[in-house]
Amino acid sequence: MAEMIIKKVRVDGLFEAMKDFEVYGPITKDMITRYQKTTGTPDLVFKSSRKPPKEVFFPQTEKMFDLVKDGTRFVGAKDVPPGDKPILLFGLRPCDGRALNVLDELFNWDYTDPYYVDKRKKSTVIGLACTLPAMPKDNCFCTSMGGSPGSSEGMDMLWVDIGDSYYVESLNDKGNAILELGKGIFEESGDDVRSSAGKAIEDAANAIDRKLDTSGVRDALAKSFDYNYWDEFSKRCMGCGICTFLCPTCHCFDIQDIVKNGEGVRQRSWDSCQFDYYSIHASNHNPRPEKKNRQRNRVYHKFYYSENKLGLVGCVGCGRCINLCPVNIDIIEVIQGAKELSQ
Amino acid sequence: MTRENVYKPETATVTDIQLEAGGGRPIRTMTFQVDDPTERKKFLHKPGQFIIISYFGTGESVFAISSLPNEDGIIQVSAMKVGNVTGRLHALAVGDKVGVRGPYGKDFPVDEWKGKNLVFIGAGIGISPVRAVYQYVLTPEQRKNYGDVTLIYGARTPADLAFKDEFKEMDTRDDLNLWLCIDWKFGPKGPIEGNAHTDWPAINMSAPGDTVVPEGINKFTAFVPQLVEVVKPKPENAIVVTCGPPIAIKFITQALAKLGWSPEQVYTTLENRMKCGIGKCGRCNVGDNYVCKDGPVFTQKEISEMFDDQ
Repeated sequence: MAEMIIKKVRVDGLFEAMKDFEVYGPITKDMITRYQKTTGTPDLVFKSSRKPPKEVFFPQTEKMFDLVKDGTRFVGAKDVPPGDKPILLFGLRPCDGRALNVLDELFNWDYTDPYYVDKRKKSTVIGLACTLPAMPKDNCFCTSMGGSPGSSEGMDMLWVDIGDSYYVESLNDKGNAILELGKGIFEESGDDVRSSAGKAIEDAANAIDRKLDTSGVRDALAKSFDYNYWDEFSKRCMGCGICTFLCPTCHCFDIQDIVKNGEGVRQRSWDSCQFDYYSIHASNHNPRPEKKNRQRNRVYHKFYYSENKLGLVGCVGCGRCINLCPVNIDIIEVIQGAKELSQ
Repeated sequence: MTRENVYKPETATVTDIQLEAGGGRPIRTMTFQVDDPTERKKFLHKPGQFIIISYFGTGESVFAISSLPNEDGIIQVSAMKVGNVTGRLHALAVGDKVGVRGPYGKDFPVDEWKGKNLVFIGAGIGISPVRAVYQYVLTPEQRKNYGDVTLIYGARTPADLAFKDEFKEMDTRDDLNLWLCIDWKFGPKGPIEGNAHTDWPAINMSAPGDTVVPEGINKFTAFVPQLVEVVKPKPENAIVVTCGPPIAIKFITQALAKLGWSPEQVYTTLENRMKCGIGKCGRCNVGDNYVCKDGPVFTQKEISEMFDDQ
């Protein structure tokens, strides 16, 4: 584990040195931050992104195949060549880094998903610890979900803002390769720098005011599946699906053939368990016919099923589903309520 | 591209199409053969597994495989015309191209059942996945490995009854107890009038178990769960394989419980809407089980332990 620093004034120089990468980083436009492809230096001061960075590896819509035509009919599917450039994802927040662990497990579980895994394998991830004053923001609760503003899970390198420079920690060979690329740009670090970084992370952690006591959550959920509770709190749900679309660990997708102007593609797009159409059978039978079924499925998937299937809890405490729900459904309150009722 | 892509369908050609049942919701049995001879072996399946078929330009759908396991890349499915993809598939002609990927999912543990009596119960199009197993068991090589074999099948109307020719032939076998029924003469309050066929007598709906079965009669006007009570399959050293609409499964399970069957003995195959078939896309879950990966074959005991919305 190599520790270095990089002065803020030299960050542009590093991005210049990394120009062989296809760089994705936080770009804020009209007050909305997203991880977008950029040829310059991404934003260095930003609140966590509205859209989670999962879209770099698992785009909202992704072409899977070109459909092959014979006369007027489609008769086959042709692979889409993957991009050949290595990917650099810069500025990943620690909660989203932990979310990548969940996606890594899912897309490698049993069958390998070539689209996600190909991009992920050729990626280098530089994380940016959450430090004051940009972070934490409203409804962050990573510390309750086993994370921290300085967690380096899912990253190859972690940066911590310590004033006029960043404390830089390389976590593996991919991180070391970045240090090598930036030789002369990164500078030697010292114990005092490490302790300033530690202090910055601790201050950010102390500023997190939302807490969820996760002890006993699984027992509570095991007991409360049939409670009216799920019906009651989901009555106000509008089924917009934003809690799942913008969740960094949500990974549901649809596969569709799209034909336009005589050309056909097979593509996949994010989907949501909050939609009626998601689970309805061809016979019109829907195993999750009501909002209560669908909201319950979301909560159970995060806090019960995901752990059974992938060994990882499906919530990292990023707070997006709370901040962006139009009717103020708050996952912390939902879980606390279930715990209280089942006692 | 060199990477292995699990989502990539192999092209296959339609070799045969049979209309199994007419009416407003026709059922056709379609047979395909994978085009590339080197890929055919990969499609060797086990009874109970499913396949994903593409009608290129419209999309993919999931089907129970009803053909016998083979290394020739021959895949047979029976599909009711209910949606976009099945609508397209029903319009196929011999020689047309489709895409296939799979086979996927957990199979029926037919090897563990050797030496046991087997009871197959199918309701409606649910007969299709059940057919994959009984056809396998009834092959000359396999039949000797199993005890008594009973098959109970019913559909809504005479027109909905699928595989008629096959059942006619099976009715002549002496190593199979075949029972058929149709329910169209029953409204919610019992028989509307007479029998569906003159020689398909109605059963005693209020106490199906008391129905006196006339000598030589094995076809009735009844619902499948009631017919199960008439047939009274014995649970000793036996396994049930059943599939049908959720409501039919519910009552079939209750009828079996009355007859002393335990949930571990009753196997069924679930269908949920699926896209990927390989445990990624999320939608087919029942609790923490993905129907595509952990199923589609489950015992009633496993199902009773799931967080089930239904």
